[in-house]
Amino acid sequence: MTLFGTPVRRTEDHRLLTAGGTYVADLDLPGVAAVTYVVSPFAHARITSIDVEAARTMPGVIDVVIGSDVDLGPMPSVNPAFPETMTRSILATDVVRFVGEPVVAIVAETASQGIDAMAEVVVDYDPLPVVVGIDASATDEVLLFPEAGTNTVMVADGGSDAADVDIEGCEVVVRATYISPRIAPAPIEPRSSASRWEPDGRLTHWLSCQGAHPVRNMIASVYGLPREQVRVICPDVGGSFGSKARSYPEDLLLPWLSRRVGRPVRWTPNRSDDMVGLGHGRSQQQHVELGGSRDGTLQALRVRVVADSGAYPMVGAMLPRNTGMLACGPYRIPAVRWEIQSVLTNTTPTTAYRGAGRPEATALIERAVDMFAAEISMDPAELRRHNFIGPDEFPYDTPTGVTYDSGTYADGLELALRMAKYDELRAEQQERRSSGAQHQIGIGLATFIDRTSGVPGAEYGSIELEPDGSALVRTGSNPYGQGHHTSWAMLVADRTGLPMDRIRVVHGDTDVVPKGGITGGSRSVQKAGSAIAAASDQLVERARQVAADTLEAAVDDVVLDRSGGGRFHVVGTPARALGWDELAANLPEDDALRCEAEIETGSSFPSGAYVAVVEVDTETGHVRVRDFVTVDDAGAILNPLLAEGQVHGGVGQGIAQALYEEFAYDADGNPLTANLADYGIIGAPELPSFDGALLETLSPNNPLGAKGIAESGTIGAPPAVQNAVVDALSHLGVRHVDMPCTPERVWQAIGAAGR
Amino acid sequence: MIPASFDYKRAESVDEAIALLGEHGDEAKLLAGGHSLLPLMKLRLATPSFLIDVGRLKDLSYIRDAGDHIAIGALTRHRDVEISDLLAAEVPLLARAASTVGDPQVRHRGTLGGTLAHADPASDLPAVILALGGTLVAQGPGGSREIAATDFFQGFLETALAEDEMITEVRVPKFGGKGWSFQKFTRRSQDWAIVGVAAVVANGSTGIALVNMASTPVRASGVESALAGGASATDAAAQAADGLEPGADLNASTEYRQHLARVLVRRALEEAGV
Ligand SMILES: Cc1cc2nc3c(=O)[nH]c(=O)nc-3n(C[C@H](O)[C@H](O)[C@H](O)COP(=O)(O)OP(=O)(O)OC[C@H]3O[C@@H](n4cnc5c(N)ncnc54)[C@H](O)[C@@H]3O)c2cc1C
Repeated sequence: MTLFGTPVRRTEDHRLLTAGGTYVADLDLPGVAAVTYVVSPFAHARITSIDVEAARTMPGVIDVVIGSDVDLGPMPSVNPAFPETMTRSILATDVVRFVGEPVVAIVAETASQGIDAMAEVVVDYDPLPVVVGIDASATDEVLLFPEAGTNTVMVADGGSDAADVDIEGCEVVVRATYISPRIAPAPIEPRSSASRWEPDGRLTHWLSCQGAHPVRNMIASVYGLPREQVRVICPDVGGSFGSKARSYPEDLLLPWLSRRVGRPVRWTPNRSDDMVGLGHGRSQQQHVELGGSRDGTLQALRVRVVADSGAYPMVGAMLPRNTGMLACGPYRIPAVRWEIQSVLTNTTPTTAYRGAGRPEATALIERAVDMFAAEISMDPAELRRHNFIGPDEFPYDTPTGVTYDSGTYADGLELALRMAKYDELRAEQQERRSSGAQHQIGIGLATFIDRTSGVPGAEYGSIELEPDGSALVRTGSNPYGQGHHTSWAMLVADRTGLPMDRIRVVHGDTDVVPKGGITGGSRSVQKAGSAIAAASDQLVERARQVAADTLEAAVDDVVLDRSGGGRFHVVGTPARALGWDELAANLPEDDALRCEAEIETGSSFPSGAYVAVVEVDTETGHVRVRDFVTVDDAGAILNPLLAEGQVHGGVGQGIAQALYEEFAYDADGNPLTANLADYGIIGAPELPSFDGALLETLSPNNPLGAKGIAESGTIGAPPAVQNAVVDALSHLGVRHVDMPCTPERVWQAIGAAGR
Repeated sequence: MIPASFDYKRAESVDEAIALLGEHGDEAKLLAGGHSLLPLMKLRLATPSFLIDVGRLKDLSYIRDAGDHIAIGALTRHRDVEISDLLAAEVPLLARAASTVGDPQVRHRGTLGGTLAHADPASDLPAVILALGGTLVAQGPGGSREIAATDFFQGFLETALAEDEMITEVRVPKFGGKGWSFQKFTRRSQDWAIVGVAAVVANGSTGIALVNMASTPVRASGVESALAGGASATDAAAQAADGLEPGADLNASTEYRQHLARVLVRRALEEAGV
């Protein structure tokens, strides 16, 4: 029996749930000083003077540093194509561009002394006109970087030739503008980092992040150090959702501060600071035109996506490309054209957030498809069926420029409809409509594709036999909730026969793991998992040779019996066998059994079909999610329990995006939702029990056939819920409600439709 | 998230707490459940230099039958109000409303005296005490006095309490389980009310108070007098927002709050059997 495909419980949970985790803020670092940042209270202002003398005299203060003290270059650009003038210095020197931008660093004995000293720092600001919102930015009337001459970071287009996208020639056309709300990732653990220079001149840097090696490389380049001189440790991480994929200025400055004060330093922001300092997600304006024929054949799609990248171009500025490339979803739309643009505003910079451009694409096409169905009075399930790419059309080249690997989209939808009892729901809806009930129900569909492993880059894995016959696995992929330790041990156990508790997985230390990327884009099983599987296969091969020597047999005659902890023996004579422990004991001292692999794979394309059932109070606009059905096809599933967990969490976040979450600013760029009372983080009471199923259409693009499932929930759930809200109210004339569908927005939409 | 430094003393008696209040003047704050005060201190929106902890004055934690009314000690936790059999029988409106305050942690810490003294118009229980026509007992250096709930709430986070007074008891008339309703409109289940309505029918008249519709909890006097004049529940409810200009925030514009008040008052009256 193999473990692959079975629901193995997470081996890391006991440790993590019983205070056995190791988080940066809890590390015991003798002599560590606390770093606190004074951040800008203005969205856009010129700094006219900074006086830190009084702060220096405050109890416990070791040093106070301003931007001009810092002799480091600016934050490295995330994309060489972005305008060079749009750079961010580590501490703001002349101009601040968003509320929350660090201006002054205080190093103190304790964090509370640092906070006390903050009150004594006097920064004079000369407020500048503020740009909030995509429309205001795009006019270029107020520029964040006058030297750039524009607020636009990036424009691109692609897909079919413009002339071939004949929207105007279509029999039926729906046109709309949708908003993808700005989201605060809000992981439980805020950012946290520490730095210490070792006596031998090396730097140790701890960071709550998604991958130690890219951080090490960045630090080495910013500080002009050889990579070997920098050790980055990423211990346990309490969530990230994409937002901790890269260094932030606050953590990048720590080695500099540590060197300056001659002590280890640590920084852990409080929640309010992290709500504006950690990158935000989503935040797009989408102009959509979808054309087709009255019989329900989709023919042409044109989308223009403008992303609000916040004050400085980070990863978020690149994400509309994902939106454009996936705009056609699982549908056969012969002509698709996309245009994208990213612009700056005086708000928190945006970055990747669970799905990173793909949820935005899905929301766009799923909303438009529903609108099209409403326009021709066709059941939205029927319209989808009619336009799905068929199972025999793969590999399928989309007009947007990508190649889908495999999929059985119609099967997913039919299963989801059966699970949801779609026909009964429609009957119930009809009944409520005829009786004019105050609570109406809406049924929302989302049939979607994802693109995982979208960012090129191999992933590393190794395995070695320890002297006691257990296995040590080094993974380049850094978990922050995914359960890598369980998953990798399952893969190794299947190949070696070792029990899972004899397999130790280590991650997140550049001195221990030679190479690594990040955990992101749902790539880990595909790349890191495949690497560990390959390394394990090699290990077994090497071990067979060693066993053959010991057993004095030909290698080809030696087999591994994976039962009983893994035993090598000559074919036909199982009685004389060599276990892994005996093998390890017999190894010559200089012959460690260690195998490693690096695997690069192409993208794969998971898909899914979700059904949301909502109940809307038509008097107040309040929406409650009553039922939620998920069918996910993420290729081969290594551990259905972990897959279900990923869907569960993702759907929760997706429902939150659809109904509750939106990071808001006032016209002056003041954040209005910088704490968890005002920001719409949800809890279990807001969610129904989910009903889920898995299909397994294998990906041909990686050895395991896996596709990745970590972002499906945030991709499929938002439009399913949003479509359900509109569906509940369509008989009242409501055609669209933007996310999040707050009670007031729904109430307004009902009122506007009635007028 | 770290408060400014402060001195702290645990009061062993009401008299000691009042003496300390007198000694430290406006530098001092009473600390009861801490669930309004401490968040403000952590955000450094409040920076008292002296905290007088009254949280362990066990003799101020009680719910007693006092003949025509129920007497509740100021340090009684929301959770104890929520599960009180006596309140369930005699003033079920209060027990129900207490069950909707925040989450279990909040209810196990927050106190009735604390929420009344804090006088946040978005809080649930001040409006309930107002609708019930309750009375507060305040003790100062010169002794005790009674303050009617209608006189107690004077402005946003402002009350009739003097600086050196503390609430010791809250008295609510018994009305039995006849007609009552508590409506709380929230986005998330554990949120503060966007708008709330407490309604109670006692001795033939209806008391209605609104949460988060003004700078203090307010009686819906237009509705009350319409009902007294014989209007139907629906017609009376239409006047729920008359004269009220609640502020706008992320969750609701002024108009939406006014609309919610009308809808929720109607629902409250229907549920109360008016
Ligand atoms: C996450 C969260 C959610 C919440 N949700 C809700 C909700 O949904 N609805 C709701 O109504 N409330 C809610 N609350 C507030 C909660 O009910 C508070 O506990 C209550 O408002 C204050 O009571 P306390 O005992 O904690 O007062 P404290 O915070 O200790 O004190 C508040 C103020 O009252 C003063 N004070 C306290 N006791 C007395 C007294 N006996 N005499 C005179 N002055 C006194 C203090 O000096 C202080 O100024 C929430 C709080 C939190 C933290």
